[in-house]
Amino acid sequence: MQVPAPFEYQRVSSVDQAIGLLDRLGDTARLVAGGHSLIPMMKLRLANFEYLIDINDLHEELGYITEEPRTIRIGAMTRHRELLESRALADAFPIFRDAERVIADPVVRNRGTLGGSLCQADPSEDLSAVCTTLDAQCVIRGLDGERVVSMEEFHRGPYETAVGDAEILTEVRFPIRPNGSSAYEKVERRAGDWAVVSAGAAVWLAEDGTVADARVGLAAVGPNTAGIPGIADAMRGHAPSEELYARAGAIAANAADPVTDRRGSAEYKRHLAKELTVRVLRESVARIREQHRQGA
Amino acid sequence: MTTTPERVHDDSRVTAFEDNDHKPVGHGRMLRKEDPRFVRGRGRYVDDVQLPGMLHLAILRSPMAHARILSVDTSLAEAHPKVRLVVTGAMLAEKGLAWMPTLSNDVQAVLATDKVRFQGQEVAFVVAEDRYAARDALELIDVDYEPLDPVVDVRTALAPEAPVIRDDLEGKADNHCFDWETGDAAATDAVFARADVVVSEDIVYPRVHPAPMETCGAVADYDDIDGKLTLWSTTQAPHAHRTLYAIVAGLPEHKIRVIAPDIGGGFGNKVPIYPGYVCAIVGSLLTGKPVKWMEDRSENLISTGFARDYIMRGEIAATSDGRILAIRTHVLADHGAFNGTAAPVKYPAGFFGVFTGSYDIEAAYCKMTAVYTNKAPGGVAYACSFRITEAVYLVERIVDCLAYELKMDPAALRLKNFIRPEQFPYATKTGWTYDSGNYEPTMRLSMELAGYDQLRAEQAEKRARGELMGIGISFFTEAVGAGPRKDMDILGLGMADGCELRVHPTGKAVVRLSVQTQGQGHETTFAQIVAEEIGIPPQDIEVVHGDTDQTPFGLGTYGSRSTPVSGAAAALVARKVRDKARLIASAMLEVSVADLEWTKGAFHVKGDPSASVTIQDIAMRAHGAGDLPDGVEGGLEAQICYNPENLTYPHGAYICVVDIDPGTAKVTVRRFVAVDDCGTRINPMIIEGQVHGGLTDGVGMALMEMISFDEDGNCLGGSLMDYLIPTALEVPDWETGFTVTPSPHHPIGAKGVGESATVGSPPAIVNAVVDALKPFGIRHADMPLTPSRVWEAMQGRPTPPI
Ligand SMILES: Cc1cc2nc3c(=O)[nH]c(=O)nc-3n(C[C@H](O)[C@H](O)[C@H](O)COP(=O)(O)OP(=O)(O)OC[C@H]3O[C@@H](n4cnc5c(N)ncnc54)[C@H](O)[C@@H]3O)c2cc1C
Repeated sequence: MQVPAPFEYQRVSSVDQAIGLLDRLGDTARLVAGGHSLIPMMKLRLANFEYLIDINDLHEELGYITEEPRTIRIGAMTRHRELLESRALADAFPIFRDAERVIADPVVRNRGTLGGSLCQADPSEDLSAVCTTLDAQCVIRGLDGERVVSMEEFHRGPYETAVGDAEILTEVRFPIRPNGSSAYEKVERRAGDWAVVSAGAAVWLAEDGTVADARVGLAAVGPNTAGIPGIADAMRGHAPSEELYARAGAIAANAADPVTDRRGSAEYKRHLAKELTVRVLRESVARIREQHRQGA
Repeated sequence: MTTTPERVHDDSRVTAFEDNDHKPVGHGRMLRKEDPRFVRGRGRYVDDVQLPGMLHLAILRSPMAHARILSVDTSLAEAHPKVRLVVTGAMLAEKGLAWMPTLSNDVQAVLATDKVRFQGQEVAFVVAEDRYAARDALELIDVDYEPLDPVVDVRTALAPEAPVIRDDLEGKADNHCFDWETGDAAATDAVFARADVVVSEDIVYPRVHPAPMETCGAVADYDDIDGKLTLWSTTQAPHAHRTLYAIVAGLPEHKIRVIAPDIGGGFGNKVPIYPGYVCAIVGSLLTGKPVKWMEDRSENLISTGFARDYIMRGEIAATSDGRILAIRTHVLADHGAFNGTAAPVKYPAGFFGVFTGSYDIEAAYCKMTAVYTNKAPGGVAYACSFRITEAVYLVERIVDCLAYELKMDPAALRLKNFIRPEQFPYATKTGWTYDSGNYEPTMRLSMELAGYDQLRAEQAEKRARGELMGIGISFFTEAVGAGPRKDMDILGLGMADGCELRVHPTGKAVVRLSVQTQGQGHETTFAQIVAEEIGIPPQDIEVVHGDTDQTPFGLGTYGSRSTPVSGAAAALVARKVRDKARLIASAMLEVSVADLEWTKGAFHVKGDPSASVTIQDIAMRAHGAGDLPDGVEGGLEAQICYNPENLTYPHGAYICVVDIDPGTAKVTVRRFVAVDDCGTRINPMIIEGQVHGGLTDGVGMALMEMISFDEDGNCLGGSLMDYLIPTALEVPDWETGFTVTPSPHHPIGAKGVGESATVGSPPAIVNAVVDALKPFGIRHADMPLTPSRVWEAMQGRPTPPI
């Protein structure tokens, strides 16, 4: 049995209590949400913290998926499983269900949270790629109240986020725009393994059927789960086509900065960035057309 | 034209329900007697052992692959309030216990004294009041290392400039471990020289790990009043371990009791004696308390017995019409820092000598060089029947390479070259005598179950559309049941097995085995073997094993030897009891022995079925009052020690179908047909379970598993996030079939089957992947065939994994 070094533990019953404790204890303390990233690191003694502040009792307060006309708001304590099973979320953003099906396994999904996934800021994190793809906004609360940051600002580097020592991520907001859809695909060596590469796409079509906007987010191809700005520029105003996807795929491959490791060679990962980008763009567009067919 | 029956193969196939809940008095399908406790979570494993006053041991391991130990400071750890004992290599050296022999007559450090030789090597241990304190105190030990260059690349381990790992061995000036050869070099060269076709391929079987669900551990309890040591330990061979502890530690053998309780998987990982076991014993000797040591997952993966790690040059010579003439191979074997291979003494390469496979050839030769590297020791593990996994992989891969060159169908090529049934017993060109076999029907059955011709037709259509589908075949002959005492021993211990059977007065029985189940279902299979011979229902037969105080001597369970050796012992001891029962029955029925007939469970008078006595009646008489025939003692029991005359040679034909996503290069195993011939089948359900497990192992090795190292010798497979093991999601619905070719020398004709599928499946899967890649001109690609490595092959540059 692997056991972490000794630490103190406290459960909190409010966000303010958590923030107060974080403020007092500084960087010797860590929040624990699902614990599926933090605890393995502590058991391997790759990370040691003196205090763990357990926020699982905040699930009531921070575990929700709320639909509003132009936004879906998801609480930071919402678990993978709740994201997987939400019908409303799958309708608005099918990318979530695609991604959640290939994240870890049911045991991990029962506990792991959206907030923990984003705050872990692992470059292979699938939900970070999803949030990047969907242009999410992160709500961070501290002693001085709330601030809202974009995904670009949120991820500072591998395992580094905009969340300060005495702050907590409380909510992630996803703008809903008309006539769009999304998709996610991952290549893994085995079910439940971290991505060799994964890609998410969201596409919005204009009235005339050309691309109004498109976003792609990749995981495991560089220091951060990266959004790729060039793709929107390249696709906007064009009718969706295999040729267009291929062009976008080439941009994604170019933007990727993978390293060779035991999941795969850098070259292969670059290839996957292209291949998967093409696939998820194609699927996103197919889903929009499917919506039209069903709406008609 | 195809003549195979029409079969429908859609992907919605599910395993047909098979009712296994039969109640045979003897062989047949029946549910496992051990499962009620396992499925309820009531198994009792080493880590479940709790003794009053028990202390906990944790081992400090080397973070470096190769380094000199300059100093070890334990003072802070000793000051920890819950720590009772801290032991270093230097302290063991004072007691003469710093080094111990390995199963291959090498030595291995219990705790490092001079140098560390692999990452994860044992350096010191702590005994504390709880396991948390023991772990925490490890961080308080300060070891000063002077880093040395590690030897990581097996190919350059013998270079003159390579640092010498084993400077502990007197006069050792290089990293050479041993050379070994088999077959006839000159005869083989001559055949190669006149052959129409010669195909050569470099084939790597990477290092993998058995990774049993339960890691290794022990509880040592030394009683200094009566001088008795009780050791609960995760061992596949309790008796062999006891004898070795007696020899190594100087403890009298009769004062050592080794108990192997339920074992959560072994696969060869639990054959060696690990330093941790010895540390636990030392810990108990020094503290006078019971001491538990249980390694964690990372410790198991980085320090215990690995498997494979062979770099093979395979060469095959044939006529242009596809008659295989000879096979030749050169092997470079990585044995890690200590030669800890658990193989019979005269077989340093295990049974790799059966690399000639299932084919009738004219000549064969193998030359092997084994070297030391700065990696964990071990070498025979993971359900390989002493290196037959490597041998079968080599021959089945190289035969496929030949088929590729000859543009021949790989099934047809195999069928053309099989040893014919009338050639058995068959003496191979490397000195093995295959006891029995009938290969063609097994091969044909697998082709029929798979719908081989339809698969080839489907493949042709798919290829035309640019889809990648592959069909892979492997045909194997295993050699299991070590072994005849004239040839085989482990550190001087003959490889026989004892068995005792005692029938109680009420006709219930207890059978005591020297082997030890790790999940194979011995408590069921052995009850069935005895039941078949003596007619007592399996439910009424208690199977006792895994405790040296309760069972006769024998060498344990590995190399699929339990049924071939111990199973034979069980059948013969039951017959011995039956012979005695016959004498008693003759007195009871007042007829001569010659006038008795045995129908399972009872003797009756020939011609008068109503005059009969059951085995239960006889048992009561044997223990009761009244006269017994002259010269017959009371009681109904017997014991024997069985020395096998030969190994048994199961065989099988496996067909694998894969699909590869041309865009991502991801391999999906769509179908797998396994036809096994393990001779007489005792419990088909258990056989199928063994086969399913082994096939899953094969998917793991072929597609994802590998223990790799970086250039500093850091092990990169130290967790199950890094060392991948397949799940139900990566494997298809297994399709199994069987043929039966009994072993002529085994009392019930049974052969082993525990490792067949692990041996036979990797080449089938790799052959299927390589077949799918044929449009890319690929003839060979090494395991593990991860998406990235397959993609590289599709780009025309398949690369060896090391
Ligand atoms: C076997 C296994 C397989 C996995 N496979 C995948 C996979 O395929 N894809 C994938 O994307 N992920 C995978 N994961 C990771 C999994 O999704 C984690 O659950 C997730 O990354 C972290 O969520 P958590 O709630 O468990 O976070 P925790 O482990 O509790 O926390 C992670 C970090 O976030 C901080 N944190 C948590 N919540 C907050 C908050 N509200 N505000 C500020 N900081 C916070 C913590 O302090 C900690 O530093 C896997 C994990 C395991 C164990």
